[in-house]
Amino acid sequence: MSAPAPPDLRIITSRFDIEDGHTLAGYERTGGYAGLRRALEMAPADVHSEVRNASLLGRGGAGFPAGVKWGFCPPGVWPRYLVVNGDESEPGTYKDRLLMERDPHQLIEGCLIACYALGLSQCFLYVRGEMAHAQERLAAALNEAYEAGFAGRNVLGAPDFSVDITLHWGAGAYIVGEETALIESLEGNRGMPRLKPPYFPASIGLYGKPTIVNNVETLANLPWIVSNGGEAFAAMGADNSTGTRVFAVSGHVASPGVFEVPFGTTTFRDIIFDSRYAGGMRPGRTLKTFIPGGASAPWFFEEHLDLPLEKTTVDQAGSMLGSGAIVVMDDTTDVVKACHNVVRFFARESCGKCTPCREGTSWLEKILSRLLAGQGRPQDLDLLMDVCDNISPGINWPPRQTTICPLGPSAVSPIASALERFRGEFEAYLPATAVTVTGVAS
Amino acid sequence: MARLNANSLGVAQEIIARYPVPRSALIPLLHLAQEQDGYVTEDAMAHIAELVGVTPAEVMGTCSFYEMLKREPVGEYMVNICNGISCHLLGSSDLIHHAEATLGVRPGGTTDDGKITLEAVECIAACIEAPCLQVNYRYRNRVTADDFDQLVSELRGDTAKVAPHGQLARVRQHIGDDRRAGVSPPGGQGEPAWMARNPSDNGGSAS
Repeated sequence: MSAPAPPDLRIITSRFDIEDGHTLAGYERTGGYAGLRRALEMAPADVHSEVRNASLLGRGGAGFPAGVKWGFCPPGVWPRYLVVNGDESEPGTYKDRLLMERDPHQLIEGCLIACYALGLSQCFLYVRGEMAHAQERLAAALNEAYEAGFAGRNVLGAPDFSVDITLHWGAGAYIVGEETALIESLEGNRGMPRLKPPYFPASIGLYGKPTIVNNVETLANLPWIVSNGGEAFAAMGADNSTGTRVFAVSGHVASPGVFEVPFGTTTFRDIIFDSRYAGGMRPGRTLKTFIPGGASAPWFFEEHLDLPLEKTTVDQAGSMLGSGAIVVMDDTTDVVKACHNVVRFFARESCGKCTPCREGTSWLEKILSRLLAGQGRPQDLDLLMDVCDNISPGINWPPRQTTICPLGPSAVSPIASALERFRGEFEAYLPATAVTVTGVAS
Repeated sequence: MARLNANSLGVAQEIIARYPVPRSALIPLLHLAQEQDGYVTEDAMAHIAELVGVTPAEVMGTCSFYEMLKREPVGEYMVNICNGISCHLLGSSDLIHHAEATLGVRPGGTTDDGKITLEAVECIAACIEAPCLQVNYRYRNRVTADDFDQLVSELRGDTAKVAPHGQLARVRQHIGDDRRAGVSPPGGQGEPAWMARNPSDNGGSAS
């Protein structure tokens, strides 16, 4: 098994164990704001180059290279904005909240570096509404950063570099994590995703202007990258999955936890079973299935344990690393109930804009509910797959979609996974006397 | 129960001033109204509409989309039990059933004494601490039935030291006038000054 990242190789969780790591004093004492100072000695384009050389993949879920996304701003169109996606809500995901609570200055420094590199003239830091403690820590850190001259007018005394960071907070809606919905919400609207194209808000975003939307963890890596160079970052991890990544391992494991590991070289077996990480299953239990990357991801099984936590490998194996959430289920798990739990989530959180998602997710939830209530019909299992096929034609991976955003197809993942592997468990919920109903809409 | 009072209005104006387009302040202002009254009143929505220059219907449209914004009175304490997949695997359904039996309400309901509103909510990002809940958006981790009963007695006796419903962060962002860079409105702005820097010209006094 590969070794965990030694403490000095931890990039973004290095202050998690430091009592005052969230304060300006604690942050500066441990090397904070060195990356920003270094950036301001460079030309903005050179800072962008370092990030491109780092091959930093976005940490929000889609895994798109940040440096490439940054390059999509159309030349000559100003102003440009930075929107920080701190609306972490994907079930099982638990990393951005810790990064905001325990190391808020690192995120602020990352924001300032991004603004400097790309000419982004105002930053909006959108924090999930339910995260009161993170909002508090960020407000306190921003007040300190402004007071000390790191943020706001004339950053570090530079006469030509001024940027405001506006703390913003949501009010409870998973869909707002989708970047165009985030922008709608930030404009004061209902948080519904925008029609594509344009595919990237970098061309048309907040107030119709070029806007970079980056995840909290993505931005938190920037101070290290600028201080140590993009190549040093790219040297860590695997070829296409560089640096480190933070994974939350939860569910039926002995020691649930949040772990920063080299990206792309650690395997699922390592992170689930190694005593340095989640420490294996609960005593006497065996692995049944696990979700490798948040509720939207198709499920993995025993045979996937030796896959590395590497984007391309996991994509090709039919799932995704998504938001870094690994949810482990043991042999005591009722997969029909687990499947229903995840599907209910998507049904509840569908914004209602696209018919296949609005109708499809709620019908999937209703059918699973009646199955669990002992009122299933024999054709319900095929009906579930048929509804899935309507939401995501072909039920393939990566999913095709009939909707504006991926929320609808995400509800297909748990059903396709569980029904294929554990069909017998679904059938066991069918009442013994079930009568096949024909000729009526189900 | 009403429009924003003088104190809230001062905070509201400071919030609005941080955005290039006033409407962007809508959600923070709705939270502010909820902090003042415990929920978002119609009068507050009308007042917010005036402040950001939209109609009350538009404010209602935004407000009604988001789960945290309550347009009817709720209990002093929102007890939100997480029912996400990780908590589900570790017994959240049992905890919710226990809460229903203890409080005598279903999720969404408020106890007769007006103290507690129970909700079963989607993942609140404390998955390694399952099963978890939030009281007025402050975490309680690895909650057992006994922990829950203890919590309820603390809430009923007002000894839980939890901020009132509506108040989120106890620290507000404040930007001093001398430190403010200024909002960046979407119209009529050129390339920011620092973009003219090149490697041989450091431009600023940073280092």
